[in-house]
Amino acid sequence: MKIVVCVKQVPDTNDVKIDPKTGTLIRDGVPSIINPDDKNAIEEALVLKKEKGAVVTVLCMGPPQADFALREALGMGADEAILLSDRAFAGADTWATSYALSMAIKKVGDYDLIFCGRQAIDGDTAQVGPELAEIMDIPQVTYVRKIVSIDNKTAVVERAMEDGYEVIEVKMPAVLTAVKELNVPRYPTASGIVDAFDVKEVKLWTAADIQADPERLGLKGSYTQVKRTFAPPVKGAGKMLEGSVKEKALSLVQELKVKHVW
Amino acid sequence: MNFALTAKQEMLQNLYREFADNEVAPLAAEIDETGEFPSETVRKMAELGILGLPFPKEYGGAGADTLSYAMAVEELSRVCASTGVIVSAHVSLGANPIYQFGTPEQKEKYLIPLCKGEKLGAFGLTEPNAGTDASNQQTIAVLNGDNYILNGSKIFITNGGKADTYIVMAATDPSKGLKGISAFIVEANIPGFTCGPKENKMGIRASSTTELIFQDCLVPKENLLGREGEGFKIAMQTLDGGRIGIAAQALGIAQGALEESIKYSKERQQFKKPIGAFQAIQWMIADMATEVEAARLLVYRAAWLKDNKKPFGQASAMAKLYAAEVAMKTTTKAVQVHGGYGYMKDYKVERFMRDAKITEIYEGTSEVQRMVIASTVLK
Repeated sequence: MKIVVCVKQVPDTNDVKIDPKTGTLIRDGVPSIINPDDKNAIEEALVLKKEKGAVVTVLCMGPPQADFALREALGMGADEAILLSDRAFAGADTWATSYALSMAIKKVGDYDLIFCGRQAIDGDTAQVGPELAEIMDIPQVTYVRKIVSIDNKTAVVERAMEDGYEVIEVKMPAVLTAVKELNVPRYPTASGIVDAFDVKEVKLWTAADIQADPERLGLKGSYTQVKRTFAPPVKGAGKMLEGSVKEKALSLVQELKVKHVW
Repeated sequence: MNFALTAKQEMLQNLYREFADNEVAPLAAEIDETGEFPSETVRKMAELGILGLPFPKEYGGAGADTLSYAMAVEELSRVCASTGVIVSAHVSLGANPIYQFGTPEQKEKYLIPLCKGEKLGAFGLTEPNAGTDASNQQTIAVLNGDNYILNGSKIFITNGGKADTYIVMAATDPSKGLKGISAFIVEANIPGFTCGPKENKMGIRASSTTELIFQDCLVPKENLLGREGEGFKIAMQTLDGGRIGIAAQALGIAQGALEESIKYSKERQQFKKPIGAFQAIQWMIADMATEVEAARLLVYRAAWLKDNKKPFGQASAMAKLYAAEVAMKTTTKAVQVHGGYGYMKDYKVERFMRDAKITEIYEGTSEVQRMVIASTVLK
């Protein structure tokens, strides 16, 4: 079984501040991490590596510094890592990103399963996984919270819903997107990290390497463009009402009257 | 000159931080209170390769450098100094002498399980009458056929009672003084070897500190480490390396105290302002931050010298001396920044201050470090 896990390197939004003037993220000095949902995808692939002898390839499109994210995945136990990096990819929206990833996955070849995280914490679009499946014309299951069974032909998975879950049987190869309920990602081991730098390699692929159509890459290949980014206005501090249910109801009515809401 | 960590070192540091914050910090206050040895944490550290960090892969180690090992002790000690010293004693004092001085057979039998963390290591030099005067060894080893017979006792042994493999110094020829001391690898389960009860300590309360007692204890001849008479040399070289571990522990404690003080001085309001807005607090924080950074440079440099196969005895003594004194000063100031709350066990700085004191005492007191430094400076 061969699994390709697509990962994105994102700023750790726990540490991110927004520039009040421009409304954009201040990325200076903010540590970059593997997108959390993508880590769940890596973890599940590594579980399948142990259980089914799967070979795990981690794929990331990003600037040269995304090498760090891929080395971390190698440190966790992934077998191979590929960094898709080229000026031609710059400015890509989710569609152009999915196209580039699909071409890279074709070059990897012989895949049984493509794993993505549900969505990235910087853009929160949740589009790349589904678009990748559409471009590659293979089945997809999003919001996977459990793999019930899997072999080279089919997988049975649980798909998380707002009020429960669906059990879906899907034909392989397929795209699955992971939610955090799927598992608890392991730490990389110290020895794995040393090997990730000293023994394993991160392959660097450019647009030419994946024989991508230049018209479909980067800003040129993007159907959407960012018009403006801004931080939503800050909500005022809430107020907690104390006392019994009756007392709280009375003070609520009082508060609403004072504010002329009622 | 390059002060930047390599990407590999940075990723290892991230691992230690994440592990320390998620797995070690939540237990720290409780095991300080109960004195319970964190066996589960030790098992988790073994899985991550932390117990074999600076040793080559062929011995089951992680193949990392000394600096990466020092950073591990630092990050662990930042949240729990007990956990930090368990690693330092295991790696620097238990495993390292076997790596440096052991035969291929000894490495196979003892170093590999230590590196993998299947076994825990410890080191016994100090005796009731041999503290700073470590040469005054009264534990005696007499060769008798295929065994050495050990009699005597060691005190204040870190990881005592929990370790599986002990490096023990004993006099094989008391008439030769320093040159009559030898080092032995002693397995925990051999007849005639017992550990005393766990000491009730001021700080690092979750690390196990016990007496080691040898009563006609039979140690196989092949467990002599190095040659007869080389024990004192082995002990001193081991301690040179061990000082980097303890210096890193002190640095971590100081860093933890600094972080808590920064946090508290932003939160705590007096006179309708956070106390960090007052110069009295600012100056304390500024001094703490500066001294912690200076200690870090000394500690990292000592590790760097060792990694680059340069003499590091003086540098590790300086790092240990300075980092320990900074740990004591910084934790004392941290309690001051916290005021009355800092004196309560509800706040981490109370524990940090108790934990810091030992770093000025063990693996050579600050006075011993000054002796070592003076002897190299004035030679």
